[in-house]
Amino acid sequence: MLVLATLSLAQGTAPATPLALITREGRRPIPTIILNSQEFIALDDVASMFQVAVREDALAGGVTVSYKGRTVVASADQPMASVNGRVVTLPAPVARVGRRLYVPIDFLPRALAPIYDAPIELRRAPRMLVVGNVRVVRVVPRIDAVGPLTRATIEIAPAALVSVATDAGRVLLRIDADALEVGPTPPGTGLIDQMRTGDQSTTVAIALSPRAGIPRVSTTTTSDSTRVLIEVPLAPQFQDTNAAPVPPLATPPASFPTQPADALPLLPPAGPRLQTMVIDPGHGGDDLGVRGAKGTVEKQVALDVARRLKTLVETRLGVRVVMTRDDDRAVTLDERDAVANNSKADLFLSIHVNGALSPSVAGAEVYYLRLDREGEDARRNAAATELVLPAVGGGTRPIDMIRWDLAQSFHVGDSATFASMLEEELRKHIPMGPRPVQQEPMRVLAGANMPASLVEIAYLTNANQEQRAQSGDFQANVAQALYDAVLRFRSYLEAPPGR
Amino acid sequence: MTRTRYIEIGAAVVAVALTAWGASRVLERMVSPVPQQSTAAAAGSAVASVPHIIATLYYAGSDGQSLAAIKREVPLADGVLAQGRQIIQSQLEAAPMPYVSVIPAGTTLRAFYVTDRGDAFVDLSPEISTAHPGGSTTELLTVYALVNAVTTNLSSVQRVQILVGGKEADTLAGHVDLRRPFERDTSLVKTP
Repeated sequence: MLVLATLSLAQGTAPATPLALITREGRRPIPTIILNSQEFIALDDVASMFQVAVREDALAGGVTVSYKGRTVVASADQPMASVNGRVVTLPAPVARVGRRLYVPIDFLPRALAPIYDAPIELRRAPRMLVVGNVRVVRVVPRIDAVGPLTRATIEIAPAALVSVATDAGRVLLRIDADALEVGPTPPGTGLIDQMRTGDQSTTVAIALSPRAGIPRVSTTTTSDSTRVLIEVPLAPQFQDTNAAPVPPLATPPASFPTQPADALPLLPPAGPRLQTMVIDPGHGGDDLGVRGAKGTVEKQVALDVARRLKTLVETRLGVRVVMTRDDDRAVTLDERDAVANNSKADLFLSIHVNGALSPSVAGAEVYYLRLDREGEDARRNAAATELVLPAVGGGTRPIDMIRWDLAQSFHVGDSATFASMLEEELRKHIPMGPRPVQQEPMRVLAGANMPASLVEIAYLTNANQEQRAQSGDFQANVAQALYDAVLRFRSYLEAPPGR
Repeated sequence: MTRTRYIEIGAAVVAVALTAWGASRVLERMVSPVPQQSTAAAAGSAVASVPHIIATLYYAGSDGQSLAAIKREVPLADGVLAQGRQIIQSQLEAAPMPYVSVIPAGTTLRAFYVTDRGDAFVDLSPEISTAHPGGSTTELLTVYALVNAVTTNLSSVQRVQILVGGKEADTLAGHVDLRRPFERDTSLVKTP
């Protein structure tokens, strides 16, 4: 039996502020303890939070943490761990308190993160453990009472979309982020009784004094940050007798509304997130597509795979999926693009099955759009003639002008990324053709105003592939590969490298 | 007039005819720059007995996924339009062994014309679409065989737009965008 170091402060103490676990699902506190000035987390909590296996390892002289075949061995004697054979240092070795084993919280970003599927980041100052591709924005509020106006300024970095709701006695900002890293909140001043940032949500609420008039809210966004300025005037009925600056109130109001009112003005919708995906099963109706020698038709295989993918994306990702057809009917190529554009989809995937003149040709291929000279010109001209229109609730909103049939011009870069992910994921499940990713002038992609790709999953003109294309196993494999690519692309959209 | 004189005049006529024919070949760039690929198919043509040019035509290669550029004899014609028609007619015909035509059987040329800007319009009968076997791969081969056949052999043509049944078409079989003209692209051409 391995004897682990038992620290002198056998029970430890709880930290003054609990560490918060931030994931896409929300925020919740993590139980930690302080031992010898170091913060520790129990390994059984780590096991349940991250779905890892933990066992004491007498042979290795420590604790082994395993995840999907990858292993970390944390030493019981030395402040270090071996991560896939590479040593990382820790503030303290593994500790035992009672019957439970503890590791320093730095174990999570330093040792567990390298073997884990999702990023793990420890933010010490705001006491946050961020897991996954989570968008955390920093919010710094300030209140100034100068003259008859009281001004609240909320700096948000990086830039984020902010919806503003106002009604009697309050202003509520809802910030487009998964979590907020909130700076010190100033006390109520002047005509603002209280400012409170959302502990459990992504809102900032400002309670106004009973003497406050109608606040004016404006939003300014730069490439790095967003600033919301709330100017609160004195209500007209108080202006005659209270021309001087209003002193702060001694006590905050007893009740503080936290929910926004219905039907209040909002800023433009959220940024580049994967909220809606359009899946386009190729052909349909009288258009059979490619026909195999044994009678398999492309339109049916494409529809079968599309339905499987739709189920995966909807149930696992919670992403809204729109099909350009969900039965055997003819849909024009323009109608397919129109469905995607009118749905304000964030991603478009057209599913096809290929055909060749030689029966030996086999393998899957992925296409994204190749622009011709006109398409390139359209993209440049559109970028040069961008319009900026005022947005409801303050600020401005850029409007891109481009011909409908050249809509894809703006998205070719992201489409190439998506195509690459599709190829990589498909390759794990099914054979690929000799030219697995191609950039060609594919008609159905040209009018899609979002990242778009077309996959040919097999060749029906190949006897072996025709037989496989009808099988549930093959279709499930393809759908799984496509789903994996969509999952990766969602992460890319939300945390694109270099953006 | 002496017999020698008749021979001299005859020889002169033949020389002038040959010179004119040669000049027309140069002007029309009938002998186009061709990649270093097989020219075996050029032999045995049915048009060998009439004046002809050597043009580069495109067929599916043995791998079924690329185009093979093959030199073939095409009847000589007067001017860009007439020569263009001859080249396309030849491209629509059956492929020499062991290659495979990428044009659906029964497809005919309805019209061919070239604008002052060097845009050629190839108007094909509906069989190019209705008889097409489908699939992105085959459709790309069909489109670029036609585009490359015209642009490779007629230097005055820069771009080719394919029409079907006298009208602009979206695609041949649901994949490749035909709404705008294509420039020459040999990325699908594979050297044997």
